[in-house]
Amino acid sequence: MPVPAVNSASTTTVVVRRYRAEPVWVPWVFLAPFLLTFGVFLVWPLIQSVVLACQQTFGPKSTAWVGFANFSFLLHDPLFWKAVSNTAWFAAGSIFLQLPVSLGLALLLNRPGLRGRTVFRLVFFAPSLVGLVFVGLLFSLIFAPRTGLVNSVLHDFFPAFDPEFPWLQIYVMPALILAALWLYAGFNMVYFLAALQGVPEELMEAAALDGAGPWHRFRHIVLPEILPVATFVVLMSLLGSLQLFELPYILLTGAGPDNRGLTIVMYLYDNGFVTGDLGYASAVGWVLALLMGSFALGQRWFNKRQEES
Amino acid sequence: MALSNAQRQKLLLVPIYIALTAAGVFTLVPFAWLVCAAFKTNADIFTSNFLPLGDGFLGVAWGQLTLVNFVRLFRELGIGVALTNSVFLSATSALLATFCCSLAGYALAKFRFAGRGLVMSLVLAALVVPGSLLMAPGYKLLYDLGLLNSFAGLILPGLTPAFGVFLFRQAMVNAVPATLIESARIDGAGEFRIFFTIVLPLVRPMIGAYLMITFLGTWNNFIGPQIVLQDPSSFPLSVAINQLRGLYGTDYGLIMSGTLISIAPVLALFLLLQKEFIAGLTSGAVKG
Repeated sequence: MPVPAVNSASTTTVVVRRYRAEPVWVPWVFLAPFLLTFGVFLVWPLIQSVVLACQQTFGPKSTAWVGFANFSFLLHDPLFWKAVSNTAWFAAGSIFLQLPVSLGLALLLNRPGLRGRTVFRLVFFAPSLVGLVFVGLLFSLIFAPRTGLVNSVLHDFFPAFDPEFPWLQIYVMPALILAALWLYAGFNMVYFLAALQGVPEELMEAAALDGAGPWHRFRHIVLPEILPVATFVVLMSLLGSLQLFELPYILLTGAGPDNRGLTIVMYLYDNGFVTGDLGYASAVGWVLALLMGSFALGQRWFNKRQEES
Repeated sequence: MALSNAQRQKLLLVPIYIALTAAGVFTLVPFAWLVCAAFKTNADIFTSNFLPLGDGFLGVAWGQLTLVNFVRLFRELGIGVALTNSVFLSATSALLATFCCSLAGYALAKFRFAGRGLVMSLVLAALVVPGSLLMAPGYKLLYDLGLLNSFAGLILPGLTPAFGVFLFRQAMVNAVPATLIESARIDGAGEFRIFFTIVLPLVRPMIGAYLMITFLGTWNNFIGPQIVLQDPSSFPLSVAINQLRGLYGTDYGLIMSGTLISIAPVLALFLLLQKEFIAGLTSGAVKG
């Protein structure tokens, strides 16, 4: 696109001013795609979702006004609370199993003098490239009776082990948490590793000279240094857990036995796109957004308090 | 016998190598198992864990490995169409989003104009809106716009993600010197020419990382195409493979090779671009 001629006068002063000024229209043209998609695909649906949340719909066409009935039904639906509790268990698994593993791997990799760091990092990171759908598929095969990797290996080592053992019927949550561990441990590790590399080496050496043991150095030097990144990773895991959908949906081909793999987003999806009640799905969406928002505020509050102390 | 300090340090590394190798094996075994199973017949999947045992080199029956699963997927089940759809959707989304986000990021990083603060806070606000809140109303919107069951319905909403705008803004604030832009203006370069020939080359690593992030995100997206697309001939791999599983659930070899086809391209792409990708991923978080 040519620069529009602002002034056709040909004195040198005008020419210099003409090319030096930042044309006013330029940033707005550059921002146009963002502003357009922001308005159409974010603000408008957001407004719609407020309206929809107070409606009962059957598909996008027929709607009826129900006020706050969606919310009161939601809060009294045992299935919704089942989804909340499943999601909470999964989140707990992510934070108390996955993140310590990630941090542990990062600490091991950050050891001075270690060779092959790049290769290890590459290997650990590789699973996070695999989409949740494909991880769900892969692990549904890994846990499959008879042909699955888990059962055939266990049966090879312990012939008494029943090769038909149905893991996905009995250990629903452990299977989910294990699949997520495989998928995300290396991903979170990359963040921890980047944070660890920012810990000043002189500080560690000085502490070692003063006789501080490894645990002491970790607790009083490393941990405070990486805390902002650590709380960020915790928040990301929490928000990710709250939005869990594809992994259980594919791994268990639905909500699993006795709805033990039902998550909040799966509940939203089932109601909105299987039953066709977009209104109710919007109400679920708002409850989920409130939950996520309160976690995000909690993390900010925690970080502020840490900075002040 | 006393060990020198350096020797002691080396000895201390041994358990670390062991732990890391164990974790590496745990990470790689599912991949190895998948690759092996994709090249086996269903009979061999039932009788062997990894490679079928036999009299060949290393005690493996290499002759029993087969391409039959892949042949069936491409010849009978039309997986090639899904592969093409995935490549097209991911490449288009990645190119468009990278272009639009870098443009917007440049405007926010390097121009002073009334309303800049406001737009910046819109970007930050958009970052915190969860995608699942937009699912139901977004579906209704696509219905109203007549974009359901079309690629446009998938590509347009992701044209300029706030996350990308934010990343490019952060990258450009420091990487692009204002004096360079000014002198280019004095030399008479047009604004788009400045953007393409001066600004973009300065943030090349960010471009590589963001292309990769969006390509991967689109490739692995399931819920989007699952909701928006209805015509099976337009399904990308994520949806197509899940459908295939519904129809041929016990045909393990088929599902395994389908899964392999779905994850191999992104793994290969990552191996090529891994340095830029990891740098881009962490730049947003660590530098703040």
